Amino acid sequence: MGGAWLQFVAGGLTAGAIYALVALGFSIVYNASHAINFAQGEFVMIGGMGAVALVALGLPLALAVLLAVAGAMIVGLLVQRLALEPAQAGGRADVVTLIIITIGVSLFLRGLAQVVWDKRIHTLPAFSGSEPIAIGGARIVPQSLWVLAGTALAVLLLGAFFNRTLAGKAMRATAINPQAAQLMGISTRGVMRASFALAAALGALGGVLTAPITFTSYEAGVMLGLKGFAAAMLGGLGSFGGAVVGGLLLGLLESLGAGFVSSAYKDAIAFVVILAVLFFLPGGLFGARGSDRV
Amino acid sequence: MRAAAIVSEAPAPRRAARALPRSGALLLLAVLLVAVPLLAPNAYVLEVAIVIALNAIVCVGLNLLIGYAGQISLGHAGFFALGAYASALLASRLGWPVWLAMPAAVAAVALLAWLVGRPTLRLKGHYLAMATLGLGVIVSIVLTNEDRYTGGPDGMPVPPLVLFGRTLQGESAWYVVIAAVLWLTVWGALNLIDSPVGRALRALHGSEVAAETAGIDSAKWKLRVFVLSAAIAAAAGTLTAHYAGFLTPAKASFLHSVELVIMVVFGGMASVWGAVVGAGVLTLLPQLLTALKDYEMMSFGAILIATMIFFPRGIVPTLARWLQRGR
Repeated sequence: MGGAWLQFVAGGLTAGAIYALVALGFSIVYNASHAINFAQGEFVMIGGMGAVALVALGLPLALAVLLAVAGAMIVGLLVQRLALEPAQAGGRADVVTLIIITIGVSLFLRGLAQVVWDKRIHTLPAFSGSEPIAIGGARIVPQSLWVLAGTALAVLLLGAFFNRTLAGKAMRATAINPQAAQLMGISTRGVMRASFALAAALGALGGVLTAPITFTSYEAGVMLGLKGFAAAMLGGLGSFGGAVVGGLLLGLLESLGAGFVSSAYKDAIAFVVILAVLFFLPGGLFGARGSDRV
Repeated sequence: MRAAAIVSEAPAPRRAARALPRSGALLLLAVLLVAVPLLAPNAYVLEVAIVIALNAIVCVGLNLLIGYAGQISLGHAGFFALGAYASALLASRLGWPVWLAMPAAVAAVALLAWLVGRPTLRLKGHYLAMATLGLGVIVSIVLTNEDRYTGGPDGMPVPPLVLFGRTLQGESAWYVVIAAVLWLTVWGALNLIDSPVGRALRALHGSEVAAETAGIDSAKWKLRVFVLSAAIAAAAGTLTAHYAGFLTPAKASFLHSVELVIMVVFGGMASVWGAVVGAGVLTLLPQLLTALKDYEMMSFGAILIATMIFFPRGIVPTLARWLQRGR
């Protein structure tokens, strides 16, 4: 029994770490523009599929991973520059417009991936072997440890970026009050671009870390994106700590729910969480208290 | 905000003058709907026309929500499919007559929409998009998993609609019914928008604060529009179920919800005719581009992005403005 619990917890934390990375991306873009970026899942897919394609070209795994994440960052920048900025020009776009554009971007990137790559399911070699390690009655694949360590490192670096660097502080200032930030000489346009690049990098990192475990395909980003969004909602949209806690919590809920309740409804859990949060805790666990009621 | 601008551009004195083009446009739609079976009386054309009309019905309802209440639903495919499956299951499992199962299914979906919309629409912001997204995906997962009842991914057969002892079947008979429903939906939506309800909605879209000062309960009106649009989607779903005679969970997919939003946005938010044109163009497009099947998703995405950047009002309102300027 203990072993089963441990197994589910390990699986849940692994999946949850990926949701946390995706949720961080949602929160970063939300803070910059108040838009929900429905293309966030596509960055996860680009990370995974990009790394697969680069490995197939004969590149060493580590280089392929780095290039895939860098490539996704460039795609993120292009998305902001080419799709969102033209609509934001002159501050005329409302949030609905931005959300709809990101839906368009998500369809476009998914369609592009199926043309550039293919519609098959791919896998990436595990970073350090696939022989499961026995820990207290549970068997854990080494890649799970990579996922947890990679996520932890990304979260630490992100924390340092937002708290220690001028650019990070500028992004936080913009999140709190865009007008005031602009008056202080912060380029909100630059912040928007940086947000998209950062969100894309986090998503792509999640994509490459998880590709050896869950496989990847041109549509792998859809579910991961939506679940990352559920995690962000659970933690409180816009809260970084909330995104991490929300991600891990969602991963655990899913894994324990699938293990002890119903595996057929594993994928539904994230969406039940969305509804439950909206009904009972609209600000999320760590979001703004007492969110506006009409 | 944008819709408010459209409203303020139609000054009050011209409203009376607009009544004429409106009945003219309704007449044009009627002529068009009658002309299709007369000009092209073959099953394939009618089949495509029926699909367009069904999408247009859903879009007219969805447009009331997006264009007038300013809220997005990312789960309308869920309401559509739920209506379809509820009607099919009531008829096939419980033996209800189909004419009774259809309105019962619509009522059930309206109730569900009310339950989800009530707490969500009290929150300021775009929480309805998230709630409907969640609900839509749950509906899709349930329909796929409960294969004892729904046949799962393989789908389920649906009993036909029997009216006055006659079974409604064949493209031409169904075309008449669905075309009539479309016309009535458009007519109803146009009247709704010009009624006090419509004025309340447009005021909401202009400025929620100002509207509330004038005594409009914004949460209540948004909720009513949302429930209405979900019920319209469910009604189109029940028609689809008994017309096609077969249902699969693909109808409930998130992608289908997104396609419906694209149709509304492309045609024109806050424009009933835009919803009809959007449904028409974007239903026809994949039929015409079958050779480019692999590029379908990419082009849908590109169309959506380009519309929002270059014609943020959608094509029908943009064309209408160009025509007016040209005069």
